[in-house]
Amino acid sequence: MSVKLTNITKIFKDQDDSTKEFKVVDDVNIKIYDGEMVTFLGPSGCGKTTTLRMISGFETPTAGKIYIDGECVNDIPANKRNSSMVFQSYAIFPHLTVKENIGFGLTLKKYSKVKIAESVKEIMDIMGLANLGNRQPSQLSGGQQQRVALARAIVNNPKVLLFDEPLSNLDAKLREKMRIEIRRIQKKFGITSIYVTHDQVEAMTVSDRIMIMDKGVIMQIGTPFEVYSNPDNYFVASFIGRANFIPSKIISKTDSTVELNVQGTKQIYNSFVENLNENDDVLIVVRPEGLELSSSKKMLFEGIIKSAVYLGATMEYEIQVDELEDVIIAVSYNPKKEGFFEEGDKINLGFDSKSTHVIKTN
Amino acid sequence: MPLFNGVTMNVRELKNNFKSTLLLRKDPVLFGTIILIIISLFLFILFPLAKVCIIAFQKDGKFSFLNFQEAFGFWYYRQAFVNSIVVGLLTAFIGTFIGFLFAYSIIRAKIPGKKFFNIIATIPIVSPPFIGALAIIMLFGRNGFVSSFLLKMSNANIYGFKGLLLAQVITFFPVSYITLRGVLESISPTLEDAAMDLGGNRFTIFMRVTLPLAIPGIASSILVLFVESLADFGNPMILAGSEFPILSVQAFLEITGMYNLGKGSALAFVLLIPSVSAYFIQKYWVSKKQYITITGKPTASSNKIVSNRARNILFAICILIAALVLLIYGSIIYGAFAMSWGNDATLTLKHFKYVFEVGFDSLIDTLIIAGISTPISGILGMLIAFLIVRKKFIGRKFIGVVSMLSFAVPGTVIGIGYILAFNNSPFYLTGTLLILLINFIFRYIPVGIQGGVAVLGQIDPSIEEAAEDLGADSNTTFRRITLPLMVPAFFSGLIYAFVRSMTAISAAIFLVSANWNLMTVQIMSQVESGRIGAASAFSVILVIIILISMLIINTILKLKYHTKSSLLSN
Repeated sequence: MSVKLTNITKIFKDQDDSTKEFKVVDDVNIKIYDGEMVTFLGPSGCGKTTTLRMISGFETPTAGKIYIDGECVNDIPANKRNSSMVFQSYAIFPHLTVKENIGFGLTLKKYSKVKIAESVKEIMDIMGLANLGNRQPSQLSGGQQQRVALARAIVNNPKVLLFDEPLSNLDAKLREKMRIEIRRIQKKFGITSIYVTHDQVEAMTVSDRIMIMDKGVIMQIGTPFEVYSNPDNYFVASFIGRANFIPSKIISKTDSTVELNVQGTKQIYNSFVENLNENDDVLIVVRPEGLELSSSKKMLFEGIIKSAVYLGATMEYEIQVDELEDVIIAVSYNPKKEGFFEEGDKINLGFDSKSTHVIKTN
Repeated sequence: MPLFNGVTMNVRELKNNFKSTLLLRKDPVLFGTIILIIISLFLFILFPLAKVCIIAFQKDGKFSFLNFQEAFGFWYYRQAFVNSIVVGLLTAFIGTFIGFLFAYSIIRAKIPGKKFFNIIATIPIVSPPFIGALAIIMLFGRNGFVSSFLLKMSNANIYGFKGLLLAQVITFFPVSYITLRGVLESISPTLEDAAMDLGGNRFTIFMRVTLPLAIPGIASSILVLFVESLADFGNPMILAGSEFPILSVQAFLEITGMYNLGKGSALAFVLLIPSVSAYFIQKYWVSKKQYITITGKPTASSNKIVSNRARNILFAICILIAALVLLIYGSIIYGAFAMSWGNDATLTLKHFKYVFEVGFDSLIDTLIIAGISTPISGILGMLIAFLIVRKKFIGRKFIGVVSMLSFAVPGTVIGIGYILAFNNSPFYLTGTLLILLINFIFRYIPVGIQGGVAVLGQIDPSIEEAAEDLGADSNTTFRRITLPLMVPAFFSGLIYAFVRSMTAISAAIFLVSANWNLMTVQIMSQVESGRIGAASAFSVILVIIILISMLIINTILKLKYHTKSSLLSN
């Protein structure tokens, strides 16, 4: 079942002063395909949760239309929409047992008791809740509550499953385990899913595609590979992972290459964003692992190691380059082979075309 | 004026709310409920009050100040106004002082016998408000146990200022105690420990840390007690006497004795103004200034904040106050069994026999009225709490403010309003069971609302959203999710409303009839005709019924929901 948002906009008014308006979601357009898992990612206040709540029906869009399975659902209240939500706080009914919680939606649909018991048992087995049916929610661990919330959502066989930062209340270990589990269940049932989070690692691991938002506006929609390797803009490049930005200018451009002036030399790169023109100021995005360091080989830049931190598997460096304003971050993934540098060492650094991506200067 | 908050919203907000209100059409049950509630609030709270104001400012069908000129041209009523305010202020300050002393001794000084003092403070709350007055006559009056028997005074006169003040302080200090107990509990003792650590001595710490932090709570308590004292009818009716006129009593006499509705309404209106002002100052200003110190860490105190000597002094004072309370309520019990109070101390059951012969009907009536009105007002309170906390619609603020108004308006004014409003068509209700029920329901919904609002604040809204998400409409969500979660608060509200309905007099005295009478009114008339024993027996039975009901509700709560109602807990 697909979900489509066209020109979705949400304006909130200040509670005390209704002349003040906040555009929390600004003209969002996205189509989520059948069986796909899409993550809305962004810093807090970027409008991702509001967008999710508009899909679930808890908020009404100020403008735009929401389609679920081809049908416009703008006028359908939350309780009549065939979507199920997994809440950040789990929202387990504290006065009902695990079984009653999971069967709540089915009871409302007036299914027979036998049918409800069957469905509930089936989902509890899949979710690893087999013997917990008669427990009170207060007797469950955080991870178990999370499973109950997921089971309660899935058992209704929704057209779309919505996750509102479902793992933010779990500790780090459990979070890793649960996000794999959520992905497994989602694939098993093939449910179209939308997942809201501010944790980029979580987004990278669970999603088919990621929609990155900032201040209510879509910054980029793409696969985890696309948003990391080919970010559309400065925000995405700096929000996903760590990046070095090297300012430059376009000398010339063809369909598949751009020629840039770097340190007075001409360099050709073939990964770049659309709409670039000659003479544009641009930034070359180089991930820390894409930098090459050498004490002897002459490369694009020369710098001095300001800090060197040994993390066991990797070596992390901060390098001061005279021509660049920002400190360059570099990671060596095999320091034993690549050699250790120390604070104060003079060093040459560079990058090849494959490790770069060119974006517009903000 | 905050009263009209709901009406003076600006246009944008109105449009916004209007949109949300339109959405409610899709939920006809909810929409209907809201409309019904707004209509009933208009009819049963605002309309009677408006009626009092209209009649007060009207003479021969025209707008006029004549009623006020007539009433306050008379020195006696000017005196009544001054007396009411003076007694109100003194009760407020002395009552709050004692309440604070109690709360500080128990919460901070940790004197022994916390449970005992809690019970002592609960007794006046669950008793009819004029029992204090009755007992004071029995102890300090002409034939009083203390005045006549112990001190051998031949002509003691407790009527008037002294007696009334004593009665009101005893009756209302527990209200202050409960408020300030909450305030002191919410002030983290680590703050005092920190002050001590910084080198403050105990007195400085109390003056510079504890007291300033408690000031908003104290101010709030003073205002609440002022409102309670002004609204009090039972104590002044019994104790004020004719030489010390009190506004609420004079308004009552003007209406029921002189049948002068205009003058009575004018007095009621004058009573209304300070009460409502004090209430709104408390609710919308002082209560917002409360300091709450939340650290999330356990707040164990070093417990050295009160010196041993100070603790002993506080303990002694608390014991004295407790003794006075016990003396007062004990004398009621003794009076119920004594052949003739002050003359013949032989024990007898004749007063109880008399009560069951004469007053059995009123006992049944009281139970019927409280039994029907309490659950309705409890459910309505929860419903209104739910609507104002969780839903958006035009009139949300209106519902909130108006339904809390009954807290502010003295019972006497409400009573006068009801007889003015419902004495002719289309709402001819005088003398019926219905008028008593409606009055009780709408007078005690604020309790339910407050409890409900507090509980809803603790229920994560996403729990209700989850139910909605799973296909429940708002009706089902309220019934299956919210209401069950509100049950403990509901029962607490229920107990309070029940106690208040059983002990109410100020508004009810206008509304009772030959067919439907209340025990409190009966007790009052026994006191007036000098049958102290019968009045005591009546009171004892009333308090026993209340205690049994509280016990039943608390047992249900304990067995089914593993919680206790808040009135008796701690």
